[in-house]
Order: sequence, then structure tokens, then C-alpha cells
Amino acid sequence: MDLEAAKVIGAGLAAIGVGAAAIGVGNVFGSFLESAIRNPAAADGQQGRLFIGFAAAELLGLIAFAVAMIILYAV
Amino acid sequence: MAAESKIDPMHQFQIQPLAGNLDGSPFVFTNSALWMLIVLALIWLFMLGGMKRQLVPSRWQVAVEGVTSFITSMLSTNVGPEGRKYVPWVFTVFMFILFANLIGMMPFAIVPGAHPFTVTSQFTVTGVMAIISFGIVLVVGLWKHKLHFFSLFVPKNTPFALKLLIVPIEFVSFMVRPFSLALRLFVAMIAGHILVEVFGSFVVGGINAGGVMGPAISLLSFVFIIGVMALELLVCAIQAYVFALLTSLYINDAVNLH
Repeated sequence: MDLEAAKVIGAGLAAIGVGAAAIGVGNVFGSFLESAIRNPAAADGQQGRLFIGFAAAELLGLIAFAVAMIILYAV
Repeated sequence: MAAESKIDPMHQFQIQPLAGNLDGSPFVFTNSALWMLIVLALIWLFMLGGMKRQLVPSRWQVAVEGVTSFITSMLSTNVGPEGRKYVPWVFTVFMFILFANLIGMMPFAIVPGAHPFTVTSQFTVTGVMAIISFGIVLVVGLWKHKLHFFSLFVPKNTPFALKLLIVPIEFVSFMVRPFSLALRLFVAMIAGHILVEVFGSFVVGGINAGGVMGPAISLLSFVFIIGVMALELLVCAIQAYVFALLTSLYINDAVNLH
């Protein structure tokens, strides 16, 4: 298998990690929404932590995307 | 599949010199520098509009005071009363990242050649901001607590064996912070722009293809671009907020040590 083909396959495999991060981000927001419906008055106070959780989950997905870009363009 | 129309999503991130060439001196005025100046001018104009200090504020003044009080309240919530000292830096970071992200999304390319450059899509730019944030954390922490600052990595009331395991992990996760701050913003911007560029090339390729399916795919891609752009505007604001929020949390770690 030549390098170009291997690069493209590698980038495609790395993109699976981005899908896994999508599950994580959905998890964060889903938990927030589920508990916000139960206690709407307390929900606004926790919005900061919502975004911290989102940032952490998104970061790992973006790292997977960065790996895909490195394989495709910098190897 | 047209072999000659290879999609090149990375061209939009290329730094191009506007005066002189890149191999010469290290101080070249590039398109990145130009757009940073444009962001600075816009922030300056925005703040200037709110400086009149009327007792009954105009709408512009309300907007400016809204942003400043947003950052001040974020710092006092996360750091406490000592957080006000850090408002200038966190406000600068928030405004610069927000304006730079949003300007990069603007459709100035309707005027041919005026395609905006997203300043924060360069790892150097976001890296410098992350290093300064992390530097503030280190300097404040070590100045205020001297060597007791390293108790940040040692959680209380844990058995000694667990401490041996946890302290290196905590140390590594602390040292990764500036890298993660820079990477998060930079990759979010790059991913958004690449996505829009790929669908844009589908629009052009569909029109070139002709037949029935070509323009249909063009139209579908165009509608998709509109949706993705809306999401990207949200992501721009969220990434600016997250950078400022994480900076204030790290400053809280340095100032209050848990």
C-alpha cells in the first residue's frame, strides 16, 4: 500500500474519534437539559459548568480531528 | 470525478505577506497582521462608543457596560473579590477572540479579494494568548504562595499510596493546560472553516458538473452551508467564552489554591 492511500485511510479512521466525541458532548448537554427541566430555577446558576464540561468534551474531539489533519497533511 | 479540481481547504489559512517576502526580515506585514489591526480597530470603536459615561446610558453604552460587567461578574464568581485585578487581561482575551472569530466568519468576499483571515486559526496566535494566561497563573501563584503553590497538586485527605499516584497525574494535567487552551480554540476555528470550505467547493463543483444532479447537490450544499455558518457563529462566541472562563478558573487555582 503506498503512502498516499495509507494517509487517506488513516485520516478516515481518525475521524471515528470525532464521532465518539459527539457522543460525549451530547451526553454533557443531555444531562444538563434533563436536570434543568427538573429544577429550572437552579439551572441558570450552573450554566458556567455546562460550558466547562462542553469545552472539555469538545477538546478531545478536536484532538482527534487534529490527528486526522496531521496524518493527512503533515506526515 | 474531476481530477483537476482538487479541493484545497488549507489555502485559506495560508499566511501571505502584504509587503516584502517571508524569507526576508522576521518583521513582515502579513494578512494575519492586517486582520489583527482590523480587529483592534473594531474593538476600539466599540469601546469608544460606550465611553461617554452618560447618567442615563445610550444603547451603545449599555452594550459596552453589559460586556464589561459580564466579564467582571464571571471573575468575581470564579475567583472571588480579588478577581477584579484580572479583569483587564480576561476582558482583552474575550474581546479579541470574539471579534477575531466573528470577523473571520464575515462574508466580505462579496467584494472580490476581501476574503477575511481568521486570526485565531493560527496556533501561534492562540498559543501566545494561552502562554500569557498560564504565565499569569504561574507568576501569581508562586508570588502569592511561594513554594506552598505546589500543594495544588496534592489533594487533601488521601492515603499516601494514592498521593504518589495522583501527584504526577495532577502535575501533567496542570502542565497540559496552556496547550489545551490554545489547541481548543485553534482547532475549533480550523474545523469550522474547513467544513464550510468543503461544502463551498461542492457548490461550485455541482454547478460545473451540469445535468440534473449537479445543481441539486449545489443547492443542498448551499442550504447546508447556511446551517453550518449559523452553528459556527455560536461556536465563535462559545470558544471565546470558554477561553475566558477557563483562564479565570486557572487564576482561581493560583489565587485560592482550591
